[in-house]
Amino acid sequence: MAKKLDKVDVVVVGTGWAGGIPSAELAKKGYKVVALERGRDHDHSDFVGSKDELRYDARYEIMTDNSISTVTARGTLDDEAFPLRTQSENFEGNNVGGSSVHWSGVTQRGRKFDLEARSITIDKYGEDKIPEDMNLQDMGISYDELEPYFDQFEKTAGTSGEDDPKGPPRSDSYPTGPMRPSYPVRLFKEAASELGYHPVMVPSANLSEHYENPDGETINACQYCSFCMMYGCDFGAKSDPVATVIPTAKKTDNFELRTNAYARRVIHKDGKATGILYVDMRTGLEYEQPADVVILAGYTISNTHLMLLSEIGKPYDPKTGEGVIGKNSAGLTSPGGSATGFFEDKKFNLFMGSGALGGTFSDLDSDNIDNSDVDFIGGGICEIRQRGSGPIGSNPVPQGTPSWGKEFKEKSLHYANRMLSVGFMSPSFGWKFNYFDLDPKYTDMFNDPLLRITHSVTDQDKKYAEYFNDRAEEIMKEMGADIVEKASPPEAWSHTQGYGETSGGVIMGDDPETSAVNNYSQVWDMENLFVIGASALPHKIPQQTGTIGALAYRAAEGIDKYLSDGSGLLVEKKSNKLKA
Amino acid sequence: MSDEKNQNKEQENNQPGQQSRRSFLKNSGLFAGGIIGGGLLGSFIDNPFTKDDTASNNVEESKKNLTETRMFFTRVEDFSVLEAAVERIYPEDDNGPGAIGLGVPYFIDKQLAGPYGSNKFDYMKGPVQEVDVASSYQTLMSRGEVFIEGVRKLNEQSVKSHDEKFYDLEGEQQDEILTAMESGEIDLRGVEGPTFFGLLRQMTIEGAYADPLYGGNKDMMGWKMKEHPGIRPGYSDLIEEEEFQLVEQMSLKDYQA
Repeated sequence: MAKKLDKVDVVVVGTGWAGGIPSAELAKKGYKVVALERGRDHDHSDFVGSKDELRYDARYEIMTDNSISTVTARGTLDDEAFPLRTQSENFEGNNVGGSSVHWSGVTQRGRKFDLEARSITIDKYGEDKIPEDMNLQDMGISYDELEPYFDQFEKTAGTSGEDDPKGPPRSDSYPTGPMRPSYPVRLFKEAASELGYHPVMVPSANLSEHYENPDGETINACQYCSFCMMYGCDFGAKSDPVATVIPTAKKTDNFELRTNAYARRVIHKDGKATGILYVDMRTGLEYEQPADVVILAGYTISNTHLMLLSEIGKPYDPKTGEGVIGKNSAGLTSPGGSATGFFEDKKFNLFMGSGALGGTFSDLDSDNIDNSDVDFIGGGICEIRQRGSGPIGSNPVPQGTPSWGKEFKEKSLHYANRMLSVGFMSPSFGWKFNYFDLDPKYTDMFNDPLLRITHSVTDQDKKYAEYFNDRAEEIMKEMGADIVEKASPPEAWSHTQGYGETSGGVIMGDDPETSAVNNYSQVWDMENLFVIGASALPHKIPQQTGTIGALAYRAAEGIDKYLSDGSGLLVEKKSNKLKA
Repeated sequence: MSDEKNQNKEQENNQPGQQSRRSFLKNSGLFAGGIIGGGLLGSFIDNPFTKDDTASNNVEESKKNLTETRMFFTRVEDFSVLEAAVERIYPEDDNGPGAIGLGVPYFIDKQLAGPYGSNKFDYMKGPVQEVDVASSYQTLMSRGEVFIEGVRKLNEQSVKSHDEKFYDLEGEQQDEILTAMESGEIDLRGVEGPTFFGLLRQMTIEGAYADPLYGGNKDMMGWKMKEHPGIRPGYSDLIEEEEFQLVEQMSLKDYQA
């Protein structure tokens, strides 16, 4: 029997950007907030001197423990799902700050298209452009409406960037200037300009200079040390929740952070959430934390899993397309489009870098591309990145080279500092047959069913990849590589889950028949429950962290409104039956 | 490289006392590790120490690092198969030492003795089912158990097809057996051959390039061969350089201090 604790105003599950932002905003406003984090406590002092590739990158030091729970995976409805057992097959961020701590730092904004994909596609190309079985949906909010929240998020993070002439419109410039371009980034920018594109530096949470944010938190200047993505920052130079919103929440005295607290259910009665049932992982004892407002702000997987386990909302049915919880498993296969170049007479300092150091252009993104004459929807944000190559993880060899033995050793040493790649960050759409549900066979350590992912690659993905592989190849050739290899279109889902790319499951929209939450991340069917994060995206948005930050600020505003004037549903329901 | 290896073997076989290939590999590995700091790499042929077994053993044993001893593997023979296998995956060549010289077998041994070897953070509930995704780890055996099963099957296959222990085979014969393991032609009990081979390859690479604190990448030679500094506090001063920078190697031992 769970021990019932004293009621608070707000209980939040998860301490990444999605949970950290409302925790800070609501605690600042005087609400009593308890945040539950399934992982351990950690802060900047844990990462000082932590430059250890084996520990953090190869052994997933700050990722979730699959012995507690994992996911199962299958391609189609006819396949039997199997559990992803190891951390190389399934990982997401664990501990305070969540995935945002090991995040690369790339801070793109969602595009106009990403927020209103269905309407924009129909306006531009007609409804016939949308393939049968594609669940293409609007999020019920426009880019212009979300713009102030993007701005707010970037000011909290101190995002380093430069104005992108082809990017989405901005009300203010980036809080800090762009990162410094390494030689490969300059090569990319020159080649892209030569081809008529408009390259800029990638907007980055690895800051170009020391910055103090509006909450008084300071973030240091990036040292380009290369231990960035998959690591916590050695220098406190990556703006993540541990550097920003978590200390801001702690300063208020209204915030309690409870670590090693594993949420198992949203408790609810008569259509209202009453609290969270969680387990103290150090004792195995169960607790009930009652609250007026419950926020689920875990990763896509845990938000969806908790909704299904708690039996809130109608589970999605892939046969009828009805129901909403679990709808649109996306981002598992990013069709991307990329090319790799091997250089014989150039050697690059690839061991230097940082997660978001790179060049980018938006000329072919979803807002700018003309899809009239191609057989796919959406575009891509082009990127070259110099994350800093680790010697374990980076063994580049041209195609046809054996993967071990004498030739492998020789070539992987030769090309270690001679390989660059260029790629496109793509949307990944929702499809009728790609979804999440509870696995009928496999269970977690509490004997609850695991979340099952059903996901397969579509023709759209292949057509998209073919087009963008060609564009990437052109750029790499222009950069002067001696051997240029373009990627092959994806054949099937790899049956792996990681890198913070998975989205969907509790998607946002304006119609309760087709979406689970409204544009304040409020659950249509349970007005005091808010589900924030990548789970809200009806399709995966390229480099989605910036968008999640913006949605989290908007959700925080909505929760304050909900708590202060008892507004009930914050958005009027619409019915899009005629449109669909 | 196989020519050189044959030469070595011939030379070895002409020596009085017939040093076995296994102890040859072992000694040469230790030797390479011991003097790499001085910059001498490559051929063993003119190596004065290997001419005299006894002297070699005495001198080299004394240079052996206190941590270079088995923590996980119980049978010497299993460990000898592991040594021979990883050396084929990452062989000694003109660039520098191979897996043995880098301490990879001891790296793997230590990893298997810890949480990674016992799959502490992995989902280990049954049942296991057949899947057509080669990279998927579908067994309830721990990585430690997979390695024991794997090296013994390499050796069994060797005895079956060549009537010799795996570590006594020619390099090319060893490659054939490793290739058969990689492609799933050798049956293992409870786990697929490619799962074992994938781990073996991955952990060999890890042992070559992980921070030396884990027992591999001896004297940071993996990093030196790759012209990778290992770690530096940062590269703010160099990030915009067009020229390739040869930066001296540093490991966590000196960084954390």
